[in-house]
Amino acid sequence: MRGRLVHVVLLIWALLVTLPLLWAVVSSLKTDAEIFDSPWSLPATPRFDNWARAWDEASIGRYLLNTVVVVGGALFLTMLFGALVAYCLARYPFPGNGVIYYTLVAGMLFPVFLALVPLFFVVDQLGLLGTYHGLILVYAAYALPFTVFFLHAFFRTLPTAVAEAAFLDGCSHAGVFFRIMLPMARPGLVSVGIFNFLGLWNQYLLPLVLNPDPDRYVLAQGLAFLAVSQGYRSDWSGLFAGLVIAILPVLVAYILFQRQIRDGLTAGAVK
Amino acid sequence: MRHGRYRFLAGAMIPPLLLYAVFVVSPYAQAFYLAFTDFNGVSSDVDIVGLDNFTRLWSDPLFLSALRHNGLMLVVVPLVTIALALFFAASTRGSRLLRAYRVLYFFPQLLSVAIIAVLWQFVYTPNSGLLNGFLDRVGLSTLERSWLAEPRLALWCVMAALIWSAVGFYVVLFAAAIESIPADLTEAALIDGAGPFTLFRRITLPLVWDSVQVAFVYLGIIALDGFALVQIMTVGPGGPDNSTEVMGLSLYRNAFTYGKYGYASAMGVALFFLTLTLTALMLRATRRERVEFA
Repeated sequence: MRGRLVHVVLLIWALLVTLPLLWAVVSSLKTDAEIFDSPWSLPATPRFDNWARAWDEASIGRYLLNTVVVVGGALFLTMLFGALVAYCLARYPFPGNGVIYYTLVAGMLFPVFLALVPLFFVVDQLGLLGTYHGLILVYAAYALPFTVFFLHAFFRTLPTAVAEAAFLDGCSHAGVFFRIMLPMARPGLVSVGIFNFLGLWNQYLLPLVLNPDPDRYVLAQGLAFLAVSQGYRSDWSGLFAGLVIAILPVLVAYILFQRQIRDGLTAGAVK
Repeated sequence: MRHGRYRFLAGAMIPPLLLYAVFVVSPYAQAFYLAFTDFNGVSSDVDIVGLDNFTRLWSDPLFLSALRHNGLMLVVVPLVTIALALFFAASTRGSRLLRAYRVLYFFPQLLSVAIIAVLWQFVYTPNSGLLNGFLDRVGLSTLERSWLAEPRLALWCVMAALIWSAVGFYVVLFAAAIESIPADLTEAALIDGAGPFTLFRRITLPLVWDSVQVAFVYLGIIALDGFALVQIMTVGPGGPDNSTEVMGLSLYRNAFTYGKYGYASAMGVALFFLTLTLTALMLRATRRERVEFA
């Protein structure tokens, strides 16, 4: 009896999670009139032209492309820099090592809101406001503390014997890092990579302040912008379609890699 | 082995550290300075005004109501999220089907906050929204509201969306902790006649307390923010009647709408100390003796 009650509760939450998403998908295939008529009705004929309209006219396609460029660049930079710094700090004792490590890790304690105003002026003065590379550099800088923190712990646990053997064979420091340590650290890199990817993909505050040019909007910005502008034009079906297009890549990635994604995200929290 | 060591270290570390210094360290440091000035965007015209910005904060009714709203979120969001997540994590042990719930519950965690905000804005839409449509269908049309337009409800609606998106992550986090509890402990308690509630209170909860503590800190930080949801979802944003104003929104508006950069920085400093205090308090208040598995 109690087991059944628990199951009902579980089922209700499952419905709460899925219904809004399913509803968005169904609504994205309806006409505006059908949307206003009843939120629960099914479309008479599925309107895929809503999706096309969202992609072209509402620029979801462009926003998606902007996001891919910015997040891709930032992810690459974050992983390269994060791994390099974490490796050096974990494996090379030198004066100032501890100071650098704690300065980096302390970055996790500060809310981004605190930096927002000066950051805007720093980026502006460097002429990077509203540029891809400006956003990439800022994303990477703010993702660095956690990446270093996570990978530092990871590099410490790797055995030293392989690296030492490579040094004896005449391998350079950079060679040891790229050809030996980096491949050995692969599981850690995957975890923190997934964590960073989602964090960067979902950024809203930083692009809102640093990326004012509508042509360069990332997806999160674009959707928020559309919610206002399409609202005025009452193109609800187009907006629903945009929303669904924004959700789809995440859903596909989750279906393919759900185990790795959940492990990657929660590994960050347990540390 | 020593050969090229410092050259490698310099080459590997200087570019990342430079990036970090320019875009992270320097803005944070400048923020503490700007908070004591009347900086309005023109750098030739900056006066140090001492604690003026901070005294103004305490008499700014909008900021104070933002503080109250974040305070309410700070109580409600972590408690509800953690309670739900613990319940779901504990009740999805066992069969494959039950575990599948965890996979499903986790999904909203992956959605960008902008997507969540737009989606929930639709859910709450008065005429064609999912919520009112549902109430209509089940014959509860008297409960229909324009959810985000009523000052008494709007903040709760925002919190509901926040909790909806957060629960799944903590289900997975707690489930991992619960699964690491040795089976013989649970079995022993069951043999001693413990019911599911006692088992949860006496065995499960104490042994997953570390994760609960982490969850309190994370959710506390999320509750002190709330900016993106409020900014996208609510009318104004921050309305109706400032009923959903949060500190981040006040800061953003003062800086990038009014150009009161010094004042906004003071808000940032206040927010920083609140976050820091909160983290310290949560870690202290929730501290318990650690249980080690022998």
